[in-house]
Amino acid sequence: MGQSIWNSMQQKGYSRRDFMQFCAAAATVAGFGQSGVAQVVSAFEKKDKPAVVWLHFQECTCCSESFIRASHPVVLDVLLDVLSLNYTETLMAASGFQAEKCLTDTIEKNKGKYIVLVEGAVPTKEDGVYCMIGGKTAESILQTVAKDAAAVVAWGSCASNGCVQAARPNPTGATPIHKLVDKTVINVPGCPPIADVMMGVVTHLLVLGQLPALDSQGRPKEFYGRRVHDTCYRRPNYDAGLFVESFDDEGARKGYCLYKVGCRGPVTYNACSVTKWNEGTSYPIQSGHGCIGCSEEGFWDNGPFYNHLPSFPGFGVESTADTIGTVVGVATLAGVAAHAVVTNIRKRKVIAEVHAEDQKES
Amino acid sequence: MSNPSSAAGIGATNGFSANGNQPVEYRRVYVWELPVRAYHWINAIALVTLCVTGFLIGHPFRLFYAQEAYQQYWFAWVRFFHFAAAFVYVFNFLARLYWGFAGNRYARWTAFFPFKRSQQQEIVDVIKADVLETKMHGPISTGHNALAGLIYFGTFLVFVFQTITGFALYSSMSTSWLPRMFVWVVPLMGGEFSVRFWHHLFLWFFVTFVIIHVYLAFYHDYIEGRGTVSSIIGGWKFDRVKKGDK
Repeated sequence: MGQSIWNSMQQKGYSRRDFMQFCAAAATVAGFGQSGVAQVVSAFEKKDKPAVVWLHFQECTCCSESFIRASHPVVLDVLLDVLSLNYTETLMAASGFQAEKCLTDTIEKNKGKYIVLVEGAVPTKEDGVYCMIGGKTAESILQTVAKDAAAVVAWGSCASNGCVQAARPNPTGATPIHKLVDKTVINVPGCPPIADVMMGVVTHLLVLGQLPALDSQGRPKEFYGRRVHDTCYRRPNYDAGLFVESFDDEGARKGYCLYKVGCRGPVTYNACSVTKWNEGTSYPIQSGHGCIGCSEEGFWDNGPFYNHLPSFPGFGVESTADTIGTVVGVATLAGVAAHAVVTNIRKRKVIAEVHAEDQKES
Repeated sequence: MSNPSSAAGIGATNGFSANGNQPVEYRRVYVWELPVRAYHWINAIALVTLCVTGFLIGHPFRLFYAQEAYQQYWFAWVRFFHFAAAFVYVFNFLARLYWGFAGNRYARWTAFFPFKRSQQQEIVDVIKADVLETKMHGPISTGHNALAGLIYFGTFLVFVFQTITGFALYSSMSTSWLPRMFVWVVPLMGGEFSVRFWHHLFLWFFVTFVIIHVYLAFYHDYIEGRGTVSSIIGGWKFDRVKKGDK
């Protein structure tokens, strides 16, 4: 604290060239482009390292796992050097009372300046007993920490939209944090979110000291502005109407579009098909499996994953809207045909009257 | 239309009542004005296009044979026709809403709401005479009967719903102001997946509606003999002249 990134890098023996390379990488990750490098350099030279509090609630820690696997080697430096990661249950050395003291100290010393990264949903049923740390409920910790924060980031689908904890029937009342915190929350959904995307968001906050542009669901537009489908390399197969019908057919071998075997790419906003995963190696669709839409709200409830349409509630797993629709359509046809027959029988007098008018005329 | 004989020559007064002695007169009534007929047929074509292409988008099957993606582009064209038909359909519908205030009494917005007691009574009678067929002679309406009007109002609500959800789905692919107006729908309905689901589900409403609608047009034409089917082409229906009218 009280130290810029450039200072701390000098102390560790990095050269000016290393620092400039790092700044360029950070600018790229955050999506600033070449013109933004100078801004990054200036920020990293002058601004104090921001204090960061990383909270863990109802989650599986896959967001943390993803984050520490970010592809750029400098990212590890970011985690350990650039950020002043004062409190995180998973990675911190301190434990027990000392750990909790870190949290309260950070909040007090950096009022209005620290960044809060929240991983996991917050249970609200039974007064929040389903997730308690140090004798306090997740919700009370979140409220205390978020109150004086400069920015609140929701890591992953749990914190952004509830994810698996909030799937029906949601026994613990798992709630995404933007519904509990008064401030604007940056939602970075995904199960987990892409490491480079997480890095990009943190770098943006660090460099510009302001929130990135957000869409209507609070997601950074630079990473969640387009659908997986829009940038998918299999898109030409979609437009050509070439679809995989089952996972062992010729189309699957040829890399046709996975739309008919349930790919959620057309309804999922994420950067998977651009940044890819694990140092840009691959992403689900590239490895032959459809997108399951893990960064979309309620994706657990929109099953089955291998159907393009969700099952129709109350009619068993295999009934989609089209099954119901076909039944209704056929029933209507049958009803109409029956009505026509009944009309000819019951209303024969009325029909005869109409015909009688004609005969009278001629 | 006060003097039916003025329309003579095109068969205005050429009938006798079924009970023999008393002659029955029919007069021509211009029911569906040109904007209403144009709306009906543009809507019909757009709706069928939307249903067929919409079903294909939800359930693509191999229409053409190809090995590689560069050889064809038909699925993208299906989607294009869906979007193009949607724009035609929406503006056509807006024009019809305007005509609900400018048109004749059969086209007016009041025909779609059973505000009056007589309309409410007509609904009961139509159900008895035409749906259940427990009553032999039901009301014969010149325009829409009150039940049909109410059901059309229901379809208008579905039109609006499909328009809103359709544009909401389209908004992510467009920078145009019209679809962008509906961006807020997606988070409200819990993501694009559920918007797509509901939009797809109501396809079946239209399929059902078309079956019943076409059947009832034939039914009324058959049972009443007053030109129900041809009225949507030429605009004319035939109305029996009551004694008091003369």
